[in-house]
Amino acid sequence: MSEALVPLIAPLMPHLVVAPVLVPLVAAALLLLIGQERREVLVAGSLVATFATLAVAVLLLVWVDAQGATPVVAVYLPANWDVPFGIVLATDRLSAMMLVVTGLVAMGALVFAAARWQRAGVYFHPLFQIGLMGINGAYLTADLFNLFVFVEVMLTASYALLLHGSGRARVQAGLHYIAVNLVASALFLLGVAMIYGIAGTLGMADVAQKLAALPPHDRGLLYAGAALLGIALLAKAAIWPLNFWLVPAYVSAAAPVAALFVLLTKVGFYAILRLWTLFLAPQGDATARFGADVLVIGGLATIVVASLAMVVSRNVRRLAALATMVSSGTLVAVLGLGDAVAVGGALYYLVASSLAVAVVFLLADLVERSREKGTGATLDEGLAEPMPFAADGRPPAPGVNLDDEEAALIGQPVPVALAFLGASFLACVALLAGLPPLAGFVAKFAMLDTIIGSAAPAQVPLLGWAVAVVLVGSSFVALGVLARTGIRYFWAPQGRPPPRLAVIECLPIAALLAILLAMTLAAGPALRYTTAAAEGLFDASAYVQAIAGTRPVPSPTHGTRGRQEAPR
Amino acid sequence: MELVLSLSIGVLGACGVWLVLRARTFQVIMGLSLLGYAVNLFMFSMGSLSIGQEPIVKPGVPPDLAHYTDPMVQALVLTAIVIGFATTALFLVVLLALRGLSDSDHVDGKEDAP
Repeated sequence: MSEALVPLIAPLMPHLVVAPVLVPLVAAALLLLIGQERREVLVAGSLVATFATLAVAVLLLVWVDAQGATPVVAVYLPANWDVPFGIVLATDRLSAMMLVVTGLVAMGALVFAAARWQRAGVYFHPLFQIGLMGINGAYLTADLFNLFVFVEVMLTASYALLLHGSGRARVQAGLHYIAVNLVASALFLLGVAMIYGIAGTLGMADVAQKLAALPPHDRGLLYAGAALLGIALLAKAAIWPLNFWLVPAYVSAAAPVAALFVLLTKVGFYAILRLWTLFLAPQGDATARFGADVLVIGGLATIVVASLAMVVSRNVRRLAALATMVSSGTLVAVLGLGDAVAVGGALYYLVASSLAVAVVFLLADLVERSREKGTGATLDEGLAEPMPFAADGRPPAPGVNLDDEEAALIGQPVPVALAFLGASFLACVALLAGLPPLAGFVAKFAMLDTIIGSAAPAQVPLLGWAVAVVLVGSSFVALGVLARTGIRYFWAPQGRPPPRLAVIECLPIAALLAILLAMTLAAGPALRYTTAAAEGLFDASAYVQAIAGTRPVPSPTHGTRGRQEAPR
Repeated sequence: MELVLSLSIGVLGACGVWLVLRARTFQVIMGLSLLGYAVNLFMFSMGSLSIGQEPIVKPGVPPDLAHYTDPMVQALVLTAIVIGFATTALFLVVLLALRGLSDSDHVDGKEDAP
């Protein structure tokens, strides 16, 4: 089916590359003009724009994947300047994949927000579109400074979206979130400036070419610049010890906003992946794999810290925020090992974990709302929930069945809404803990099999073993903690009125889980795609040459473009 | 000139870091602004530092960095100033909102225990 699309896409290339930036931008501008009380129009416009962006992303993915085994890059010159001078947008397998993930999560978050959350404040839809534009732009750009600009656009929208719904907790978390991100942005700029100072250019492909011929006495400056850039990006990916902003911000954000925020940490990881493989990994000299051990150890520390924090958390949203950190840590640690096939597995894990964590954020909202209605209890850590098992020998609360043999509870109908929430949560547990049969298992197996399974045990580096042990350990912790939470929320409570859910709220959860199921069933082609994406990264020459070889479109009125000629 | 520039970057950066780590929201926003200045000056210094030279090509003068100052970093600094300005304004709004909600100008919204 996908092959049939290629002839239809071909005439649109390379202009399709810029569409994931333009569509949300235009949509945001139009949505700003519509009165904020006309919510049906706003929702419709926002949905159409997001769906169009998702469709474009899928077309780009199909086109990139249809070009055969060689790493292929679609390049677009937005201002039609010659390559090293103008800004370049480029799509390869990785970018196209990230665009599709963004589109899927954004679609889910938006449909979910249409039910309730969009009414919590004004300008939700324009801000959502601007955030989407920033994320998409960051995935597409092949220019360092343009990457900074798109990241800032994305963050500015996220500052405002975090405050959506207002309230003391959101403003408090927002203040810390903005301050941390502004400092990280300052470091980002310092890093970009240093790399510009060394290479004299900002196009990523051009920098990569210049760095290959870097004189030895400039290596120290390159390392300093790369380290500054790395700190900024690792802070955005919430790698320990730069992670303390994440949990308060994600816990206090509105549910659809939190689901969108899952993508923000992925942008940090994407930038590290792109720049590290382009600038530091490929060269076979002293520069090769600068900072690899820092990535591995930082990633592992993040997984350990987040897993320990999970053990003492009882709130579902807090667990989801910590799962975001575990996901980031896993990706960065596996990247640091520098094996293309393992990174291919990690990219599959990225898709699976992003979708799964987004689903957990949406589920958490529904679950906590039903608890709130049933008991009038506060949301904080669920402390108001009475323990079903009395520790001091008092008789159990009425309606609690402690006896396995007793059959009294059989025949009590489970409300459909509760069954849906429980089943979805169970699927998320399997996904996040990496249990078969869902995609989480396939992802972790693909990573572990490459890291420790592809060589004789004696040849696996020590850090490889460390990654394997921590990955398995974090899966175990996630399983225990999430199962405990599931029991507390779905199994133990008795005699509570069933949750009241709108179909439109269940739809995104069901759809995202269905996509994850499809990813599991099509694990072979999906892994082949992500591995090809990773190999395209580690052999960056195709990316560099595709960008360096792109010529501007000649002007229809003049044979040559005047602006390229040096003035005399 | 190099010495003056690097000293001012260092002083601005050090003051900025110190203020960002303070407990009052107003000090934090001043610190972020100073950090922004330090970063902008640093970016400027990454181009070619020169006195009395223009970033725009003139007829009759060969277009190389010996005769001009680097226009690229000026464009970058301009963009960074605009973005920094916008985010600082946004931070100011959140700062005032927190001040209104918590009746405190502490970054955590409540005073430290004595």
